[in-house]
Amino acid sequence: MSKEVVSKKPFMFFVALLIVGWLADLVLNPFLQFMILLLMINMILGMSLNLVNGFAGQFSLGHAGFMAIGGYVSASLAEIWWSRIGAVGGLLQIPFFIGLALIAGGAAALAGWVVGLPSLRLKGDYLAIVTLGFAEIIRVILLNTEAVGGARGFYDIKGPGDLRLGPLVVSQFLQFFAMTLFWVILCFVTIWRLVRSAHGRGFLSVRDDEIAAQAMGINTTQAKVRAFALSSFFAGVAGSIFAHNVGYLSPSSFGFNRSVDAVIIVVLGGMGSLSGSLLAATLVTLIPELLRPVQDLTGVDVRMIIYSFLLILMMILRPAGLCGSHELPEIWKKFALTRRAWAAKNMAGRQGRPSVPRV
Amino acid sequence: MRFGGLKAIDQLSFSIAPGDLIGLIGPNGAGKTTVFNVVTGIYQPTFGEVVFDNHSLNDLEPYQVSRLGLTRTFQNIRLFQDLSVLENILTAAAQHVSYGLADAVLHTRRFETQEKANLDLAMSLLSIFHLEDKKDAPATALPYGEQRKLEIVRALATKPKMICLDEPAAGMNHSETEELMKTIAQIRERFKLTVLLIEHDMKLVMGICERIIVLDHGIKIEEGPPEKIQNSKKVIEAYLGVDGSEHQIRLGS
Ligand SMILES: Nc1ncnc2c1ncn2[C@@H]1O[C@H](COP(=O)(O)OP(=O)(O)OP(=O)(O)O)[C@@H](O)[C@H]1O
Ligand SMILES: [Mg+2]
Repeated sequence: MSKEVVSKKPFMFFVALLIVGWLADLVLNPFLQFMILLLMINMILGMSLNLVNGFAGQFSLGHAGFMAIGGYVSASLAEIWWSRIGAVGGLLQIPFFIGLALIAGGAAALAGWVVGLPSLRLKGDYLAIVTLGFAEIIRVILLNTEAVGGARGFYDIKGPGDLRLGPLVVSQFLQFFAMTLFWVILCFVTIWRLVRSAHGRGFLSVRDDEIAAQAMGINTTQAKVRAFALSSFFAGVAGSIFAHNVGYLSPSSFGFNRSVDAVIIVVLGGMGSLSGSLLAATLVTLIPELLRPVQDLTGVDVRMIIYSFLLILMMILRPAGLCGSHELPEIWKKFALTRRAWAAKNMAGRQGRPSVPRV
Repeated sequence: MRFGGLKAIDQLSFSIAPGDLIGLIGPNGAGKTTVFNVVTGIYQPTFGEVVFDNHSLNDLEPYQVSRLGLTRTFQNIRLFQDLSVLENILTAAAQHVSYGLADAVLHTRRFETQEKANLDLAMSLLSIFHLEDKKDAPATALPYGEQRKLEIVRALATKPKMICLDEPAAGMNHSETEELMKTIAQIRERFKLTVLLIEHDMKLVMGICERIIVLDHGIKIEEGPPEKIQNSKKVIEAYLGVDGSEHQIRLGS
C-alpha cells in the first residue's frame, strides 16, 4: 500500500460518513439523531479508554472524571466567551467549538498527567481504586461549586446555531455530526498509528511484561503516563462534545455508571482492539434503546435485566471480547481462510468417504 | 544483596574489560541471576556499587542501564507474549528513535526513516539466528529453543556494548547448544560485544570463556581461566558438596 492511500483513507471515510450524516439530517427524528451523536461520543470514550486499559494494560476506572473535566471546562469557557466577547456564530462557530474541545481535552490531559504520575506506579486493582476515587472527587467538587451550577447542574450551555450559507442552511445536528465525526476519526487514527510506532510499542510492552520492557530500555513510567494523559485528552474532548450537544451538564451525568459504561465498551469489544471498541460502543448505545418496545410490552423496565444478561452471556461465550485483541480486517481475513480450508476439507471428505461403512 | 535475612550476594567483586567473554557459574541458588538483576538495575544493591563505562549504575532505573548499553536476557523467558517476533525486536529498538508522538501520528519523514532503520536492524538480527521466516509469528508460538534465541535477538536490538546471557542454552539439546555458542562467539566478534554468560553446562563454558567466575552461596569462591577452575578444589567441593552429597551434581551434564 502506498503512503498516499493510507493518509487519504481517513479523509475519504470522513466525507463518506458526512453524506450519511446529511441523510440522517434529512430523514431521522431528533431523538434518533441524538442517539447517533451519543453513539459517536461513546466511540471516543471506548477507544480512548482502550488505549489505557487495553493497549497499555493499566486498569483505569475513572474515565467519567476526565470526561466531566472536559465538559465543564468547555461549557464554562463558552459561557465566559459569550458574556465577555460576544456570541460566536456563522462560519466561525465550527472552528470555535473544535478549539473548545481541544482546550477541554488539554485540561483533562493535564489532570490525567497529574493523577497518573504518582498513581501509575500502582498496579492492577490499586490503580483502579485510585482512578475511581479521582472521578468521585471531581464529581463531588462539581456538586459543590456553585459557579458551575452545583447540584442543579449547568444549564443553557452554548452551542452552535443553524449555519446559513446563502440559501443553504446547515442544521445544528449536521454541524455536531461533522465535528464529532472529526474527533472520532482523529481519535481512531491517533491511537491506530501510535500503537504501530516506537512509542506505542512501549505501551504494549508495558502491558505484556514490565520488567522485560524496562530491561529493553523502555521508560515504563513515562509510557504509562503518556498513554493515560492521551486517553484523558480524548475523554475530555468527548465531555466537551457532550456538553455543547446536550446543552445541560450535571455532576450526576459523570457518576460511576458512566465510567463503567466505558469499561464495558472496552471489555466487550476486546482489550486492544480499536474496531472492537467501535462495534461495542454501537451495541452498548443501541441495545438498551432497541429493547424499549419490550418495556412497553411488559409495562416494567426489564431492559437493564436483559441488557445485563446479554453482557454476561457475551462474556461467557467470548471472554476476550468480540474481537479479542485483533482488528476487524484481520478477523475477517482469518475467517475467510478458515472457511475456505473447511470447504476444501469437506469436499475431500465427501470424495474420500467410502459408500459402505467399513466394519 | 540481601533479601530480608538472606544474603544472596556477599562481598562479590569483579571487573570485566571491554570485549571479554566471561562465564559466571555456580550451583543452583548460588546467586548468579541475582548478580544480573543487580547489575542491570532490577534490584538496587543493598550494599556496594556497580560501575559500567565510568557510570555508577546504583541509582539508575533498568531502562537507563539499558540505554547506557548494558542489556540482558532472562533465564525464565520474558518475551512480550501478545506481540509478534518482529514487534518484540522493534520494541527493544524503540530507544533509538528520536521522533515524537506527533511524528508517529502524522507519519512524517522522520518517522518513516527511523522506523525503516529499526526494521532493517530487526531483520538483519533475525537473519543471524535464522528466524526471518518467523517474523510475523506470535512470540509464544515459537518452540522453546527459538524463544531463547529471540530473547538474545531482542537484547541485541538495543545495540548494547555488553550483554548478560542468563542460561541461553537451557532446554536445548547438545547440537543446538553447540550451534548457539558458535553464534554467540560470532555476534561478539561482529558487534564488539562484552559478554557475561551464565551457563550450567561446564564443558561448554570451559570451551568458550576466557575467564570464569564461580559463585557459591553468594560468595565468589574462584576466578580464573578454565584450566584453573577445572582443577580448583573449592569449585569441586562447591558442586559436589564437602561430603559429596550436599549439592546437586551438575558437572559435565
Ligand atoms: N526476589 C527475591 N526475593 C527473595 N529471595 C530471592 C529473590 N531472588 C532470588 N532470591 C534468592 O536468592 C538466592 C539466589 O538466587 P538466584 O536466582 O540468583 O540463583 P541462581 O544462581 O541464578 O540459581 P539457578 O542456577 O537456579 O538459576 C536463592 O536462594 C533465591 O531463593
Ligand atoms: Mg538463575
